[in-house]
Amino acid sequence: MLKVKNLKVSYGQIEAIKDVSFEVPAGKIVTLIGANGAGKTTTLRALSGLEKASGGSIVFKGQDITGREAHGLVGLGISHVPEGRKIFPTLTVRENLELAGWTVADKKEVRRRMDEVFAMFPRVKERASQLGGTLSGGEQQMLAVGRAIVTGGELLLLDEPSMGLAPVLVDEIFEKIVEINKRGTTVLLVEQNAAEALEIADFAYVLEVGYTTISGPAKEIAADPRVREAYLGV
Amino acid sequence: MKHFRTPKLSLYALAFYALIMALSLTGLINGYIQHIINQSLIYVILAVSLNLINGITGQFSLGHMGFAAVGAYVSGAITTLVFKVSPEAGFAGYAVFVGGIVAGGLAAALVGVLIGFPSLRLKGDYLAIVTLGFGEIIKTVLNNIPAVGGPRGLLGIPKFSNFSFIFAAAFLTLVVIRNLVESSHGRALVSIRENELAAELAGVDTTRYKVLAFAVGAFFAGIAGGLFGHLLQIAHPTQYGFMGSVLVLIMVYTGGVGSLTGSVIAAFALTFMSEGLRIVIDSLAEATSLPIGGEWRMVIYALLLVFIMLFRTEGLMGTKEARFLVIGDPAKEGTR
Repeated sequence: MLKVKNLKVSYGQIEAIKDVSFEVPAGKIVTLIGANGAGKTTTLRALSGLEKASGGSIVFKGQDITGREAHGLVGLGISHVPEGRKIFPTLTVRENLELAGWTVADKKEVRRRMDEVFAMFPRVKERASQLGGTLSGGEQQMLAVGRAIVTGGELLLLDEPSMGLAPVLVDEIFEKIVEINKRGTTVLLVEQNAAEALEIADFAYVLEVGYTTISGPAKEIAADPRVREAYLGV
Repeated sequence: MKHFRTPKLSLYALAFYALIMALSLTGLINGYIQHIINQSLIYVILAVSLNLINGITGQFSLGHMGFAAVGAYVSGAITTLVFKVSPEAGFAGYAVFVGGIVAGGLAAALVGVLIGFPSLRLKGDYLAIVTLGFGEIIKTVLNNIPAVGGPRGLLGIPKFSNFSFIFAAAFLTLVVIRNLVESSHGRALVSIRENELAAELAGVDTTRYKVLAFAVGAFFAGIAGGLFGHLLQIAHPTQYGFMGSVLVLIMVYTGGVGSLTGSVIAAFALTFMSEGLRIVIDSLAEATSLPIGGEWRMVIYALLLVFIMLFRTEGLMGTKEARFLVIGDPAKEGTR
């Protein structure tokens, strides 16, 4: 579904992504793990068009999307849950979800997807008429994932969904990710919480200072001694 | 066409118009009060259009009077220098006036698009500084064009603006901006204010919508400028400086950022307060024989503003709208 080849991204003089290549097959969960500053977020931002690639190519569903603008990629089927949730703070939860369906012409479809979100996250439903900014961190993360469901798309990009959450909530969020994947959405998950991410993923890639270094099926990666030492702390 | 239903708003507007006209014709309000009402309505146009940029779209602009200046000078030049018409010319004269006002609005919108572009990359304080600079540039440019009077200003503009024209313009501004805000385009503007990154990821072309907000806001500011010029019969660079823009900004904030109703109320309240304080101070000085003069007017005005902001930080209306300004579902009230 998604093929990234020799991707390069620079912030001015600094080359944050030097050579990143990976593939996301349709229907799977793929995770990119790595330490702070490895380039995980930058990679995701380049995929959804928030950063310009300075080299390499991104091919989505057979179409070269390198250099396309973010808002245009939404219609192609890429939805991105950014790092730090970025909910609309002074709009209600319901309005947050409605706005996420901004590009969807059929408003009945938006309602249907919103009901899907409410069924998946009862907590979000309870808070439907509350302002987004008044939600707790975990609820905001659920809302952010819910928004991506309303936006729709075949490929879901998730940037550190476990960041700042209590372990119980982390488990819940990861369960939902598996659920979303089972319903047919391909997932690309960026995580620092390598243990949890490797548990639900089919394939994994390790990012180190702008390069993809180790890759393979998630189970093998989890057993790899280098990964165990550096990222799993065992 | 559901977004163009305006029965209640039209009804209230018509009632207001009829009331003022009746009071004016029976001599219950004199020319002075009428002038303040006219000014208030022009400030309604300015505050509502700035609220679209600042309050709805969240782009902090400090150069709103620059757009008004463009409108005042372009329309003034058309009626005064090009066609040399006066109200005595009858229908033809008024046609030129209306055409001039619209041309002034369009010219301001063009400038608005140009100012919109830096706003694509800048946020908050930085954008405020750039728009402030733009406003001052417009003022300085006007100061140096001898054809429109230079620092002396454009004099002898015919007095075309009257209550009916100004009222109609204010009403149209309110209807158009209200409809824009309530449309799906309006939702896109609000999403930019709330979180630009999330808006982009929801599929909103944030670049295009920011430029749209500046263009529409500037258009109506240009209309207001044109009406001002044809009311005061002069367009002078100093009228359209930084302090003017700040006054409009104060109206937006005291009314409530994001509330069009608040902008309307604040435009009237502050214009009347500013004039009313003259009377208050004069009578106070007379009654108590204290040595207070007109210079105290702005001190009290400023103090009142400080108190409003201290005790009602969100502005008079917060983000709420009067019910007649909300289209369709009344439950949507106050959710912006």
